[in-house]
Amino acid sequence: MTRRLHVSTTLNGDAVDFLCDPRETLLDCLRDHLGATGAKEGCGTGDCGACSVTLDGRLVCSCLVLGVEAEGKEIGTIEGMADGETLHPLQRKFIEHAALQCGICTPGILIAAKNLLDRNPDPTETEVRYWLAGNLCRCTGYDKIVRAVMDAASELREAS
Amino acid sequence: MAEVHLWSGLRSLADGQEVVAVEGKTVGQLLDGLVKAHPGLEPAIRRGVSVAVDGQIVPGNRNHPVDPDSEVFLLQKLAGG
Amino acid sequence: MALDGQKTAYTYIGTTPDRPDGLDKVTGRARYGADISLPGMLHGAVVRSPHAHAKILKIDTSKAMALDGVKAVITRADFPDGLEGEDWNLQENCMAGDKALYDGHAVAAVAATSPLIARDAAKLIEVAYEPLPHVTDVDAAMAEGAPVIREGAADFSVPDGLHPNVVRYFDSGRGDLEQGFAEADLVIEKSFTTEAAHQGYIEPQACLGQMGGDGRGELWVTTQGHWFVRRMCAAILGTEATGLRVTPSEIGGGFGGKTTVFIEPLSLALSRKAGGKPVKMGMTRSEVLRATGPTASASMDIKMGMTKDGRITAASGTFRMQGGAFPGAPVDVTTMLAFGNYDIAHVRQVGYDVLANRPKQAAYRAPGAPMAAFATESVLDELCRQLHLDPIDTRLKNAAREGTRATFGPKYGPIGLVETLEAAKAHPNYRQPLGPNQGRGVASGYWMNWGGETSASVAISEDGSITVSIGTPDIGGSRASMALMAAEAFGVPYENVRVNISDTGALGVNEPTHGSRATYASGLATIRAAEDCITKLCKRAADKWEIDAEAVTWEDGCAKPSGPNAGDFPPMPIAEIAAEMGETGGPISGHFEGTPAGFSGSFGTHVVDVEVDPETGRTTILRYLVVQDAGKAIHPAYVEGQFQGGAVQGIGWTLNEEYIYGEDGRLQNAGFLDYRIPVASDLPMIDTVIVEVPNPGHPYGVRGVGETGITPPLPAIANAVREATGKRLCDLPLRPSRVLAAIRGKG
Repeated sequence: MTRRLHVSTTLNGDAVDFLCDPRETLLDCLRDHLGATGAKEGCGTGDCGACSVTLDGRLVCSCLVLGVEAEGKEIGTIEGMADGETLHPLQRKFIEHAALQCGICTPGILIAAKNLLDRNPDPTETEVRYWLAGNLCRCTGYDKIVRAVMDAASELREAS
Repeated sequence: MAEVHLWSGLRSLADGQEVVAVEGKTVGQLLDGLVKAHPGLEPAIRRGVSVAVDGQIVPGNRNHPVDPDSEVFLLQKLAGG
Repeated sequence: MALDGQKTAYTYIGTTPDRPDGLDKVTGRARYGADISLPGMLHGAVVRSPHAHAKILKIDTSKAMALDGVKAVITRADFPDGLEGEDWNLQENCMAGDKALYDGHAVAAVAATSPLIARDAAKLIEVAYEPLPHVTDVDAAMAEGAPVIREGAADFSVPDGLHPNVVRYFDSGRGDLEQGFAEADLVIEKSFTTEAAHQGYIEPQACLGQMGGDGRGELWVTTQGHWFVRRMCAAILGTEATGLRVTPSEIGGGFGGKTTVFIEPLSLALSRKAGGKPVKMGMTRSEVLRATGPTASASMDIKMGMTKDGRITAASGTFRMQGGAFPGAPVDVTTMLAFGNYDIAHVRQVGYDVLANRPKQAAYRAPGAPMAAFATESVLDELCRQLHLDPIDTRLKNAAREGTRATFGPKYGPIGLVETLEAAKAHPNYRQPLGPNQGRGVASGYWMNWGGETSASVAISEDGSITVSIGTPDIGGSRASMALMAAEAFGVPYENVRVNISDTGALGVNEPTHGSRATYASGLATIRAAEDCITKLCKRAADKWEIDAEAVTWEDGCAKPSGPNAGDFPPMPIAEIAAEMGETGGPISGHFEGTPAGFSGSFGTHVVDVEVDPETGRTTILRYLVVQDAGKAIHPAYVEGQFQGGAVQGIGWTLNEEYIYGEDGRLQNAGFLDYRIPVASDLPMIDTVIVEVPNPGHPYGVRGVGETGITPPLPAIANAVREATGKRLCDLPLRPSRVLAAIRGKG
């Protein structure tokens, strides 16, 4: 059995540590060692975006990052998106616009969409579509997802 | 006697008849009557058929009532996605 | 067959409240198939055949068993013999017997203390194969000399003289084709092919199974139908159905692909062999694509005749489909629905279900209908073009309506095809000017919907709030629809209703969420169970008022005296009756069990504008309109979502998606990079119009809406490409190389 490595990192602002096999992905570590199952495995090859998280603010597919690479970094996942009971406007708009059906892609899309709005508070529809092109949704046809992101962006702009 | 319409694939199993008159007050009685009159239909009915009574498909209900003047169609067994 | 008392004015139906599971799903709390763990849990992995067709000579598991942390290895020898029919097919598909029948076919499985050890152990299992000749194409599989996949698999229906790979044969029709074609001014005959497409749910199959030596166990699983899972697992394992309790997780998409089992019986068999320790299993995306059901591939010949003024005089179709190494390609439904949109006097449909060395097909959204629609609606479009007729007017001229005798026999009840065509014609998208290299396509499609075995319970809590228990997993927001229907039936706010999807131990049998049946059948069951409950609530009020129960009615969440002699009592709200129920006779609940037979089909008409790049052959969707009959839209936002999602799956099937097999019979594109489903940047907004022609067989008029939407896109897009390029493409997908070859005259 491979020797396990000790990793210290930050998850949604909290210091955490875990032991992992060096072959395990960050997604495996989040789900199996840190109890954060909000990130999903849809492909394991970086094609579907269901495992999207941020690593030091950068949007990544956690299935393409090794767990040991999280050492000393800050991980952001869907579990840290709401502020206590208060949902992020993106989360609220996804519910209001019926922008999810089965919901399996939703955590990854919310993380990716927030990352977009953090960089570009006033994206065009085309910019939203291209930014989310790495996040597969098989249920909705993306229409309501794009509308929810545009509406959340508009609300965030008005609030700032 | 209710008239039961067979899809053409079944007709060869029922001596070439397209419409078979069968006694029965329920779907189950009609199916049993069909097999009795034309034993060749037995494997097809055992594999599963859907029955339409007066335009309404009534799958899986042998107890569904049938009037003497009902229009009954046997359809291939259906399933969805 | 109208049911009594169909409502027409609604308080809650037709509104769009937040879905009850929305909060869990936007915060990552919702628990899907792979999200549950148990103490002492093992992890499973599967060994799969690298051959398309091979004899299994020997399986040596000794090295795997010797690995530290490995607790159990299973092969087919761990499953009972003697199964028959579909039970045998399922067992054989879950774990190969004498032969591996397709690339990816499971041949052994292992359980170990970690996922990595399980994966390592799977690599240590040595399987000796003797490769056999293989065939993956439907036409090749039924040609003389094709390798026989299984002798004796054909049923009674197959005429003599066909290849043994033809296992079922269908033949239906009416009238006199010769006469019908003689009446036509133009007859067009063309052949078409469609490739297999995968359901493409983003959540791979996953489960957590536990079973003891006594055959009792529990299974947590992502599924569309947990009673189906229970029955199939019990049959495959040789245990009693009720010994297994199956709890459905949240489900990350299914589209028909999660109505059957693959790894579920393996996890239970591994658990049993490992002394009852729970075993978690999940598929990789590659396993999902190689070994779970895509839909069938098809090869079709269509002939249709039309008069100069646009009347269809006759139609015939031959449909050949392979659904993998087992019977079950949905060619039965294909032959039934192929010409179902229209009123045609002379019609014939012939179908062949053919075995090939591919994974066992599973249902995929309107199984069998999209392929048929691609072929028949393409020919209809070609007739319209060559006769210079408007495609919507021509469809209106031939459209099935109430009283039309369907091409499959019975007469239609009230249906909405005409209404969808009229709404499509009136929509601004139908009049948008088109530029160079652009084209517009129209097509209609149909799905007959489904009722199915259904159980539901409704229970009143002490505070008067309401729990609805149903057995159809919620894939696309159906809990919101059930809560709306319960709110409407009781006359209480939507928020006072909680809907739970019960496990197999808590309700009678339910068929899966399939056939577009959940909102129709579980909805009807919810309403009927609510009415049963209301009768009991009225009785409690009557007892308190000391009047006859018949003299009490239910209105706006309250019992009220009714009739001249009922007395003058103030309305008694549900909360008041509930608060006292412990002293007035105990718990109050209502139930429904049955097989609702009042379902009715949903028709849709799509209009699409495309632009084809003449340099690359790439097709871009410019505008897309879905018009479909919902009967009654319970939660319109989720109805639109079904329309949009179905259309986009159809777009993917038409433009990108296909199973690509190499010369070696192995799947070449077993990943989302190469099996490319539509992404956000491929698409415009999907415009929708909900038509409502109420279904008399549902208290609120509901038709299922889930499946129809995938049927029209295939022909609609091909028809648009025809207009944009002048070329009729008859083989899907319309990949750029194929379109380019057609433009350049090589197609």
